[in-house]
Amino acid sequence: MPGFILILIAALFFPGIILRVKSIASGRKGPGVLQPLKDIAVLLRKGSVFGSGTGIIFRIAPSLNLAAVIAVLFVIPFSNQPALIAFEGDFVFFAYLLALGKFFTVIAALDTGSSFEGMGANREALYSMLVEPAFFILLGTFAMFTGLTSFSEIFSHFHVTDNHYVVIYSIIGFYLLVQIAMIENSRLPVDDPKTHLELTMIHEVMILDNSGFDKALIHIASYLKFAIYGALMTAALVPAEWNLYLQIALFFVVQLVFALIIGLNESFRARNKMSRNPQYVLTLTAIALVAFVVVLILTGKLMQ
Amino acid sequence: MFVQVFIALILFSFGIFIIPRRFQFAYALTLTLVMAALTSYWAFDIMQGNRQFTHINFHVAALQSSFILVFDKLSAFFVLVVNLTVVVGLLYARGYLKPYCATKNTLSFAIHYFAFIWLYFSMLLVLACRDGISFLIVWEVMAVSSFLLVIFDAEDRNIMKTGINYLVQMHIGMVLLLIALLIVEKSTGSMSFDALADYFSQHSNWPLFLLFFAGFGIKAGFIPLHTWLPQAHPAAPSHVSGIMSGVMIKMGIYGIMRVLLSVQHDYLIIGIVLLIVSVISGVLGVMMAIVQHDLKRLLAYHSIENIGIIGIGMGLGVIGISMQNDVLIVLGFSGALLHVLNHSLFKSMLFFNAGSVYQAIHTRNIDSMGGLMKKMPFTALLFLLASLAICGLPPFNGFISEYLIYLGMFKSLEGIALYHSVLIVFGIVALTLIGGLAIFCFTKAFGIAFLGEARSPQAAGAKEVSASMLWPQAITAITIVAIGLASAWFVKPLFSMIADTYGIPVAEYVGFTKNLTGISMLAGIFLILVVALLVLRHVVLRHRPVRTGPVWGCGYTAATPRLQYTASSWADSYFKLAKPLLRTKVHNADIAEDEIFPVTKAYETHPEDAIKTGVVDAPVTRFLELLKKIAIMQTGQIQHYVLYAFVFMLLIFLLTYFQLI
Repeated sequence: MPGFILILIAALFFPGIILRVKSIASGRKGPGVLQPLKDIAVLLRKGSVFGSGTGIIFRIAPSLNLAAVIAVLFVIPFSNQPALIAFEGDFVFFAYLLALGKFFTVIAALDTGSSFEGMGANREALYSMLVEPAFFILLGTFAMFTGLTSFSEIFSHFHVTDNHYVVIYSIIGFYLLVQIAMIENSRLPVDDPKTHLELTMIHEVMILDNSGFDKALIHIASYLKFAIYGALMTAALVPAEWNLYLQIALFFVVQLVFALIIGLNESFRARNKMSRNPQYVLTLTAIALVAFVVVLILTGKLMQ
Repeated sequence: MFVQVFIALILFSFGIFIIPRRFQFAYALTLTLVMAALTSYWAFDIMQGNRQFTHINFHVAALQSSFILVFDKLSAFFVLVVNLTVVVGLLYARGYLKPYCATKNTLSFAIHYFAFIWLYFSMLLVLACRDGISFLIVWEVMAVSSFLLVIFDAEDRNIMKTGINYLVQMHIGMVLLLIALLIVEKSTGSMSFDALADYFSQHSNWPLFLLFFAGFGIKAGFIPLHTWLPQAHPAAPSHVSGIMSGVMIKMGIYGIMRVLLSVQHDYLIIGIVLLIVSVISGVLGVMMAIVQHDLKRLLAYHSIENIGIIGIGMGLGVIGISMQNDVLIVLGFSGALLHVLNHSLFKSMLFFNAGSVYQAIHTRNIDSMGGLMKKMPFTALLFLLASLAICGLPPFNGFISEYLIYLGMFKSLEGIALYHSVLIVFGIVALTLIGGLAIFCFTKAFGIAFLGEARSPQAAGAKEVSASMLWPQAITAITIVAIGLASAWFVKPLFSMIADTYGIPVAEYVGFTKNLTGISMLAGIFLILVVALLVLRHVVLRHRPVRTGPVWGCGYTAATPRLQYTASSWADSYFKLAKPLLRTKVHNADIAEDEIFPVTKAYETHPEDAIKTGVVDAPVTRFLELLKKIAIMQTGQIQHYVLYAFVFMLLIFLLTYFQLI
């Protein structure tokens, strides 16, 4: 339960912190931390305009996507507290339910019949397909290391082993989760949320025709996803047997660092060339495989 | 009593030729339903463990031999899978065949129904025959009856050609099985599956297994033995493709399972071969599916992919036996078997709805569809449901079987030898990749075909198909959702079946059902959230101004439906990545230098099957060239032929004279 609440709190401030970091880095005064929340409040009060060709899929997709994101919140653990629902292999459910949300977002874009949205949907479907193996190999590595197969069990036993190399997996895990989260949430360097040309957009062009309530749901889902990945990073970095209050503090520190990374990344880096994106995304799978081999060596399987 | 009914049904099937046309469907349906009720009763009895086997023994005086039919738990499970899909398929066929009433005569309908009934009966018999000879006979009946079904539309010459191709390939598989069974007979004196265990205990296991695997693999459609599949499925009428893809190819899986039950050693090598072939089938199957424009061909390639997933499960199970890892055995095999059931449900449903679309707009080309969800809402909804299920997305049935396989892999990673870990990670990566590619493919199949604006006049004028083609699919749809939501109920019998077979104690697997309860709970939460959000959305939007307007065109106001993303453009970005493995023929004329006013241009892409070209076409062409060279002897002059005969006789004389033969 505490994990559930912590993630909700983190999600409230996450996008605002990214905004602040970006405006400070670029020397602008910029909006306040709460601006994204105010934007959502505005969107929720607005009416809606639907594209003339759109049908039911376009209308239900944002709700389905948000429902999927909220549902996966239930399997995210915090500290020694197991998640609200924990079972073996729950991370498979996690990945596949998020994929369900993505499936609907993609076909909703196709429902508009716009070639721009088709383009965005196509790219998003392609990149998120390529990023999946990295996530599964990472979890496979964790499972092999701990011998356990649910988020709650893996992370509560992650640091308990007397193996001092655990720091290595923590760091690799953190790095991979940051990268996966950036791709899943369509941030730099794969996608640039602030680009102004439809032809170079990925996620933004996919949701071009959403407005009002639905658009607000899309934003909420995206903020929650950030905080969920942030929680996973915390779990990979912070040993579960430390003091609970310290862990709560560290939870927010990790979220803050994650937001800082995204903000700085977007201030000082350009988006990849579109044709180089697949290569970039697949590199993560390669890194995950390297991590797997490292675990093989450290657990003594390879060097016996 | 039941046995007599069983035999009576088989005899009654011939009656279809003498009854009037308007009763033909009812007659076929009655036979099928009675048979389904009877065999399902047997199957449930066996699955519940009330008895171990059902024996049917009938003596044929003319042949002076008796045939013994045996249903055990494995066959009982497959019987249930077959029954469900065949009954739904026949109910669907009624509406699908209606447009053919005007062009086809009574006899061709009679042949069609007869072949249908016999495809069904032969599948049941395949599951029950243990004796080699009778097995091969019913295996042959299955091939011939499905051939007759494929060529229903044989006015089209291509369909006849495809049909012949199919028949030839089935017989190659048949020959392989015959050889395999003869090897068993030579060594043990009995040509039956029951004698396999004897053989395997005395000989090296993997060569004979590979022979069986090749023979059954042609039916199942493992790459590179798949080449009949993407041709035969689009050619057949849709209810037939649904049944062929949904259940008939599973007979190959059944055969492999049956042989695996008898294998005694060499587990590791068999498991590795199964796993590698399945991974290749799974990944390449879906990769080739993505570039297809023909909706039914796309689905056919997906069958290859799903056979790959089933094979991955089986391969892991076998590797589990070699490692004596009970978890992997139970989860691998039960995942594979559940996927057999799941695939039969959603794949048949996809084919049925592709057929409905074909009936409405008379094309299978995805690029000529578009916007069909507005014209055919129920068909679209069923297609969407099946698409989500085939992508393995929760809360539907495909997720459960893939989850079981995943869980088996993740649970086995700890504390095993290096090569086992590498194999399992290989399996995990493959399954993830297959899942991702399937989503990419079905967002295309559903999105381009059913959403957006109509891309052709036919699609614009499409009408929803008759109710008789829709409601039978409700049975399938309910089962898909039920397995997804109440998985424990369906998986438990599979667990106990596999545990019984391999002597695994209950304590080893009883905990897994708890995970399935967790899935059901989360799926329930998800559905509640969906409903809550949609209700909230409805309430909120009621008080807000809602209007429709044009979609964002970036300032361009004359957008036509032709500007939409097409099936080819959807596949293009991916195609560039996968180029080394895929082949597409492009017809495109560049603008000439002296062409001041460009004329109309056409751009066409034809996806090709690189494996078919390499493995089937190239050897056949080479063989034909060789035959052509030999054909020099065929001069057409009678004196030459007399001379050949003379030379031949001389040769025989000389050879015998010198005692060479």
